[in-house]
Amino acid sequence: MNGVHDLGGMHGMGPIDPEANEPVFHDEWERRVFGVVIATFGGGNYDVDQFRHAIELMGAANYLSTSYYEHWLHMVETLMVENGTITRDELDAEQAKLAKEAA
Amino acid sequence: MAKHDHTHEHTAPPSDPALRVKALESLLLEKGVIDAEALDEIIDTYENKTGPRNGAAVVARAWVDPDYKKRLLEDGTGAIAEMGFSGIQGEDMLVVENTAEVHNMVVCTLCSCYPWPTLGLPPVWYKAAPYRSRAVSDPRGVLAEFGVEIADDTEVRVWDSNAELRYLVLPVRPEGTDGMSEDELAAMVTRDSMIGTGVIQAPK
Repeated sequence: MNGVHDLGGMHGMGPIDPEANEPVFHDEWERRVFGVVIATFGGGNYDVDQFRHAIELMGAANYLSTSYYEHWLHMVETLMVENGTITRDELDAEQAKLAKEAA
Repeated sequence: MAKHDHTHEHTAPPSDPALRVKALESLLLEKGVIDAEALDEIIDTYENKTGPRNGAAVVARAWVDPDYKKRLLEDGTGAIAEMGFSGIQGEDMLVVENTAEVHNMVVCTLCSCYPWPTLGLPPVWYKAAPYRSRAVSDPRGVLAEFGVEIADDTEVRVWDSNAELRYLVLPVRPEGTDGMSEDELAAMVTRDSMIGTGVIQAPK
């Protein structure tokens, strides 16, 4: 499928801007996303094709304006809801609960 | 606000990723889908125990041992496993050799395929749009952004990784390193030289 993820040859994406001495993770939440994804992937909850497909279905604007681990987070939320492990309502409720606790 | 069907794409801005992953992790732990200890071990493995030092050891071995180098170029996955490096995102490896005639560089235009067992997790720029879009259309311009200039009569070959095959560049061994030990050589090998966006400078 042609889509925004198919970036080869596209113009206007700006400079590459490599970071010197870059850490493996830039924030604790990236670390958690990585762990949750590898654990659920390794646990056989989805395969690599589903993994990529879920990211490729992101809206173009959303895809380009979010970071790599946000793509992963979108993917794992989508697939774990689709396969029935959790529901979107449970996720929304848990997020609301945590937001309230943090406030 | 107009009424809309609530499907996959939320029209409201999503809440911040830290909160979202916390919610997801706590639900999955509660349901026993993931295990807290296993999660910490995964993170520790890829943050602290895997990285470009692995690939550098492979490169240094290939520089000092012609038989190993032959095996590495013929069966990358097997020769890398000999050094103890294997696992996800390294199941099928092709090692490409830089020479005076050919400079190789690696990209994943579609996503972020990268040889984890030898290089660890990829840097942000490797997974981001600028590198992925331009590595295939203007490789010499991209290399210039990394401060790398390749002679006009050297061919630049770009390898687009995919979920089935990952690449590791075997960089050119710099001049003036004849007497160096394998460990000393490994210490000179940079991550970018194994992606092909760097070259190794000769010792001063």
